[in-house]
Amino acid sequence: MKPKTDIKISVLRPRLRAAGLVLPLLAFIGITFIAPLGTMLIRSIYDPVVADALPETLDLLSQWDGTGTPDEAVYAALARELRKAYEERTLGRVAGRVNRVHAGLRSVMTRSVRRLRSMDEGPGRDAMIGIDAAWGNVQTWHAIRSAGARFTSRHYLNALDLQRLPDGAIASQPAERRIYLSLLWRTLVVSLTITGLCLLLGYPIAHLIAHASARVSNLLLILVLVPFWTSLLVRTTSWIVLLQKQGVLNSLLVSLGLIGDDGRIAMVYNMTGTLVAMTHVLLPFMILPLYSIMRAIPPTQMRAASSLGASPFQAFWRVYWPQTLPGVGAGSLLVFILAIGYYITPALVGGSSGQLISNMIAYHMQTSLNWSLAAALGGILFVCVVALYLFYDRLVGIERMRLG
Amino acid sequence: MIPKQNLGRIAYLVCCVLIFAFLIAPILVIVPLSFNAEPYFTFTEGMVRLEAEAYSLRWYRQIIQDEVWTRALGNSLIIGIAATALATALGTLAALGLSSPAMPGRRFAMGLLISPMVTPVIISAAGMFFFFSNLGLAQTHLGLILAHAALGTPFVVITVTATLSAFDTNLTRAAASLGAGPLRTFRRVQLPLIAPGVISGALFAFATSFDEVVVVLFMGSVEQRTIPRQMWAGIREQISPAILAVATFLIAFAVLLLLAVEWLRRRAT
Repeated sequence: MKPKTDIKISVLRPRLRAAGLVLPLLAFIGITFIAPLGTMLIRSIYDPVVADALPETLDLLSQWDGTGTPDEAVYAALARELRKAYEERTLGRVAGRVNRVHAGLRSVMTRSVRRLRSMDEGPGRDAMIGIDAAWGNVQTWHAIRSAGARFTSRHYLNALDLQRLPDGAIASQPAERRIYLSLLWRTLVVSLTITGLCLLLGYPIAHLIAHASARVSNLLLILVLVPFWTSLLVRTTSWIVLLQKQGVLNSLLVSLGLIGDDGRIAMVYNMTGTLVAMTHVLLPFMILPLYSIMRAIPPTQMRAASSLGASPFQAFWRVYWPQTLPGVGAGSLLVFILAIGYYITPALVGGSSGQLISNMIAYHMQTSLNWSLAAALGGILFVCVVALYLFYDRLVGIERMRLG
Repeated sequence: MIPKQNLGRIAYLVCCVLIFAFLIAPILVIVPLSFNAEPYFTFTEGMVRLEAEAYSLRWYRQIIQDEVWTRALGNSLIIGIAATALATALGTLAALGLSSPAMPGRRFAMGLLISPMVTPVIISAAGMFFFFSNLGLAQTHLGLILAHAALGTPFVVITVTATLSAFDTNLTRAAASLGAGPLRTFRRVQLPLIAPGVISGALFAFATSFDEVVVVLFMGSVEQRTIPRQMWAGIREQISPAILAVATFLIAFAVLLLLAVEWLRRRAT
């Protein structure tokens, strides 16, 4: 028996030691990163506020057939629970959530409570409809029932410009409320454009650095790395300084007489600003993987190709370009992944036309305070990014990502 | 008459020069403009003619005297240094474990540990805001230190793992056979050899924290305003040329960091 356990221990001990070294960081990341991410994703499908505040109303409503106005008992329960929510100061949050399902109900609820507070019991159906005609509307009750669900796909449907009709079918939002699909589409198009621009600008640069003499190549590499290391806010500021109407580039064009003083071009606080600044920020992420692939291609190959009669274009297209494809793939994928989740640069230089999906998440986090919708949009973005990264991991290997 | 081949070469070099200009133009413009004597964002005629009166240090004087900026620098340093220390310690330990062939579930653990670098920062910031608020850590220095440490650890893990892949494990075995315990082996043999990787990981983690604005935006109050947060406010409201002076400082700092990392990289290989 004894030798067997010894073998077991000698296999187990290094495994335990390795796991023991990794464990503190795993626990730390679990608490400071994975758990926050999880709570955010849960928030996108789970919201107990209305369910907790109006339990009796919702219970009674579950027996409602959904056609005519509900029973007297539902009205009495709602009046009681609205009064209670007002006293417990949760009414604002409840009304806000119902309002997101059916716009206008926030004021109906807060207005009604003011009248209900003067009554101790009831009132019945007719009195409630007397306070506000909305209580006689079937849509109002559908909205309360829908907002009362603890688990809901509503926010994800919203984030995809869809809604669930009272009969349970899924349909498009009315045209004036359809904004998110076009924003997702814009994010996709902008990210692809930026990836293309980075490839176009990065390829010749990487080629030059890869095949220059060691001294020149080191110097040029520094020119790529300085912007890479420079604070993002500094780079964004400098694009504002360069591109704004009273900025360096416009003033230069005016003093050269190319444009009039009143014809200054708007190059920032719009889509142009987003494209230029983001291409600049992400360009090093394209150049560095391209450079490390190109460095391994011997220049003698091109000479051999041309000595065999290939034109420079043929030599490039048939011999050089195919060998750089892994670098092109790695760089493009990385730039694209970083671009679709970008927030800071579009927020500062994008104006209203250059905003991307991340900016909408920030808007719902900070301004509209619709955190569930922000979480759902974040969930969609997260799934896209994770899928792309798994692909990147297959292609390149995440731990081989070059960091400057 | 220039031969056709050379014409192509010249066109290629001109393109490269233009792209390099695009890459560094923003930095080249910021630095001289920060010495502008006038509150404009363009080169004045005097600056173009290199007249001494057109240049001044007024914006530098302004930021040094402005308590808003000095407090922001203090916050950035406190949060950055504490987050870096935490990230470097935890990240180096984890990298040692991950480099061991005996590590169970290596690939999965690596993916999990790198995820903070991979996730768009707006998502991390939103999640951290919800979670840290519940713990009462939002709007505290400690909360930001923990958050920035989480964002910085992947860089430490990656750089140290890369250094360890070149590490000769016979050295630790030799040390053990000569009677050194695991701790002593680590301190006297392994750590000095992987130090360049550890230090560049730490520099990456510090740079991450020092440039981070979104988490601070979501989780910090006025008390936790860091330099990037203060710049964000400056850009959003009314850009004052004082921001260009801060930016110049940050550029100089970036160059220093870059030189340090490149020097370490050369030492490591």
